[in-house]
Amino acid sequence: MTRSVRPILALILALLAFPLAAHAQAQDPAALVQSFGGKKSFDDTEATVKALAATGDPKVARALNALSDGDLVYRKADGKVFIGKGRGTMELFDPMTGDKVGEATSSDFAKVRVKNSIRSAVTDALGTLTLRSPDPAKRRSAADTLFSTVTPAQIGMLDAAIKAETDAAIRQRLQEARAAAVLKSDRPAADKIAAVKTLSAKADRETLAMVGGLAASSKDPAVIKAAETASASIRQTIAMWDVLQNVWYGLSLGSVLLLAAIGLAITFGVMGVINMAHGEMVMLGAYTTFFVQETIRHQMPGLFGWSLAIALPLAFLVSAVVGLIMERGIIRFLYGRPLETLLATFGVSLILQQAVRTIFGPSNRQVGNPDWMSGAFDVGLMSVTWNRLWIIVFALIVFAALLLVLNRTPLGLQMRAVTQNRKMAAAMGIRTPWVDAMTFALGSGIAGIAGVALSQIDNVSPNLGQGYIIDSFMVVVFGGVGNLWGTFVGAMTLGVVNKFLEPYAGAVLGKIVVLVLIILFIQKRPRGLFAQKGRFVDA
Amino acid sequence: MILLKFLGARVWILVAALLAAAVLVPMANLWLPPASPFHVPSYLVPLLGKYVCYALLALALDLVWGYVGILSLGHGAFFALGGYAMGMYLMRQIGSRGVYGNPVLPDFMVFLNWKALPWYWHGFGEFWFAALMVLLVPGLLGFVFGFFAFRSRVTGVYLSIITQAMTYALLLAFFRNDMGFGGNNGLTDFKDILGFPIQADTTRAGLFAASCIALTLGVLLVGWITRSKLGKLMVAVRDAESRTRFIGWRPEYVKLFAFTVSAVMAGIAGALYVPQVGIINPGEFAPVNSIEIVVWAAVGGRGTLLGPVIGALLVNYGKSVFTGLAPEYWLFVLGALFVFVTLILPRGIVGTIDHGWNAWRQRRRAAAREAGEAVDDDPAAVPNPAE
Repeated sequence: MTRSVRPILALILALLAFPLAAHAQAQDPAALVQSFGGKKSFDDTEATVKALAATGDPKVARALNALSDGDLVYRKADGKVFIGKGRGTMELFDPMTGDKVGEATSSDFAKVRVKNSIRSAVTDALGTLTLRSPDPAKRRSAADTLFSTVTPAQIGMLDAAIKAETDAAIRQRLQEARAAAVLKSDRPAADKIAAVKTLSAKADRETLAMVGGLAASSKDPAVIKAAETASASIRQTIAMWDVLQNVWYGLSLGSVLLLAAIGLAITFGVMGVINMAHGEMVMLGAYTTFFVQETIRHQMPGLFGWSLAIALPLAFLVSAVVGLIMERGIIRFLYGRPLETLLATFGVSLILQQAVRTIFGPSNRQVGNPDWMSGAFDVGLMSVTWNRLWIIVFALIVFAALLLVLNRTPLGLQMRAVTQNRKMAAAMGIRTPWVDAMTFALGSGIAGIAGVALSQIDNVSPNLGQGYIIDSFMVVVFGGVGNLWGTFVGAMTLGVVNKFLEPYAGAVLGKIVVLVLIILFIQKRPRGLFAQKGRFVDA
Repeated sequence: MILLKFLGARVWILVAALLAAAVLVPMANLWLPPASPFHVPSYLVPLLGKYVCYALLALALDLVWGYVGILSLGHGAFFALGGYAMGMYLMRQIGSRGVYGNPVLPDFMVFLNWKALPWYWHGFGEFWFAALMVLLVPGLLGFVFGFFAFRSRVTGVYLSIITQAMTYALLLAFFRNDMGFGGNNGLTDFKDILGFPIQADTTRAGLFAASCIALTLGVLLVGWITRSKLGKLMVAVRDAESRTRFIGWRPEYVKLFAFTVSAVMAGIAGALYVPQVGIINPGEFAPVNSIEIVVWAAVGGRGTLLGPVIGALLVNYGKSVFTGLAPEYWLFVLGALFVFVTLILPRGIVGTIDHGWNAWRQRRRAAAREAGEAVDDDPAAVPNPAE
């Protein structure tokens, strides 16, 4: 009995299983892709796209991309689907694996027709697909794009994705996207309130608009109240991030000012010399960078990532040598006559500007950013660009190095001695003229280094230095001479104040206000923030 | 005779030369036929007038730098403010002849879609009001700025730098369109002044003569101030401020007086400059312009009264010649001039000649005394402030 029954049972099972197997067959992505073949209506194509998306198999992305690019073709003879590239003789690829399967004349094939609604369906489908991608970074970015494009219809798909997700951070993002979908849907009030709660954790402008829109459109008072509370708290968070972002911009500007002003502070502090050509030393540094990059580009392109590191010592040398020549040739004859020094160095600045203009031309020069300096990343709601970050780091390094030189080397000791009392220093056997020359070279060299940094964020033109010279003076005057910390605090304060004034007053007016504030400040403390103590009647 | 001795013969020679120029240049332009070797072509008249305005500006700077020792790097601001006051009057005179034909609003305001004249433009339709503002606005700025700066004893390079910051701030401000001063383009397209068409040869000749007379008056005024007791005090403040203070004077008031007078003079120079060049824009506030004024005074010789006038005329003539021949090398020349004057010729042209002349005369007198001859001392011996 049992022996005869078995085959029958097997047959029945097989018969029962057949539709299941057929169904599974239909869900097989490779087979589904084939259903693009043959003459189909747009609706059919769209349905296929959705079905493909529902498989959750990342491999169908290739076919979908080809579809939206218009590269998906089928053979007229049997409706078999390929990815075809080229006209005339067409190269054929398998839609699933992407392997080349042969060549054929393109007239034997027809394109799968697409229109914009299908393309957007493809985009949606790809978004859904990448939610299941094994690469967490891809899932994360898919969740982020989904947040702004999500529709109520995708809630179910999101629920599934949330369940499958293992990474807590990505699950959080998915839940936010789901909450956004819920807000757009016509789900009951309790669901919406829960969604608003989820969203209030993600405080950014987009969420604010979403929640605000809910408060405006909803009829349920409980929902409105929840939305309003949420948007208030979101606004607060945004305001806090804005302040942080402004501080960041301010510190970034401050570090630029610090770089530009620090060399000036040394020459002014030690020698009482106003070097109007200081801005041109910065410019020389920037042009040195340009020159180094050009040479590297033409001679050994592989070194481009190192171009800044190579330019740094060269820029220091170029500016320091020019500074040394200036000091030996002009400035040393003018000691004790600060106003005349100011005029003579201004003359030098004109000559240097014109010389650079004659050699390199008057237009802006392109200085490239190495890879590690380009791009940006987000911290909360703040965007941080790499080049700004590196410049802040660089400014701090230069500042620290200078502190070391001043406090830990014989030259620094002699410089400080000359700053405090020139005559006494001379009486103790310090060669003050030599210290002056070295100080001036050091200050100019640091300006050159600043030029390397500024070439990364500013136009390299003969006028580069002029843009910084007045600001640098303001920093030095504000901070007080003879004290590097004064310059540091001065630069950072001016940077932050400037950036905080900008949103209220605009960039130009903000700058004017800062200048006026400094002029008023000088009234109160004519010798700056960190004035040097001494018994001199006239500086 | 007293006046002659008071100011010195040289000043009177300068005054005579300026007055002669005020008469002769317009005559040579208007009445001599173009074929005559003495004919002054029409393009030259406003150019010369421009130089004369610059000379007045240099003289104004010399009053504070040469006599009180304040190196102002912001005198271009006073010059430009005077120029803007005049420019506003000239804009209002255009009336409905502008491109948009608005009888009240200048073109740039129509362009910005403004409906009414801003309050600070009212009154500039009248010449007397504009003229008053030419004196008042730079004077007031100079007074207020000087009051704060000198009271808190900001001196030396610190003062120079904040004057530079002042003109820089004004530069930025005037570049803004919503300041209501024409923004980047400034004020231009002037039609007439006091009813005379501004492009006409006769008007230009008149403006040139007016500039010469203004410069003459300026020279007389500065001469009078610096030769008076107050002038002695100024020099005392310049040479030993602390000592002057300890004796019982108030150096800040002396400085404030000189700074304010100088600002007003600079404003007048600007007001005369604008109708002759036909435009005023924020570029005049540029710190570089202000430093150029300093080099004019330095080349001629600061604190010599004659020097800044000569320096301004020479340097600007050189600039015109050079920018015509090889424009790219002018900045080399100007830069070298700064270095040369401060290193080799710190007294300037006039100061160096004076110095050499005095030294030569002293030697001669000493030689004469040795020979036992009587030599009468010349009371009008030229002072040598560059010492």
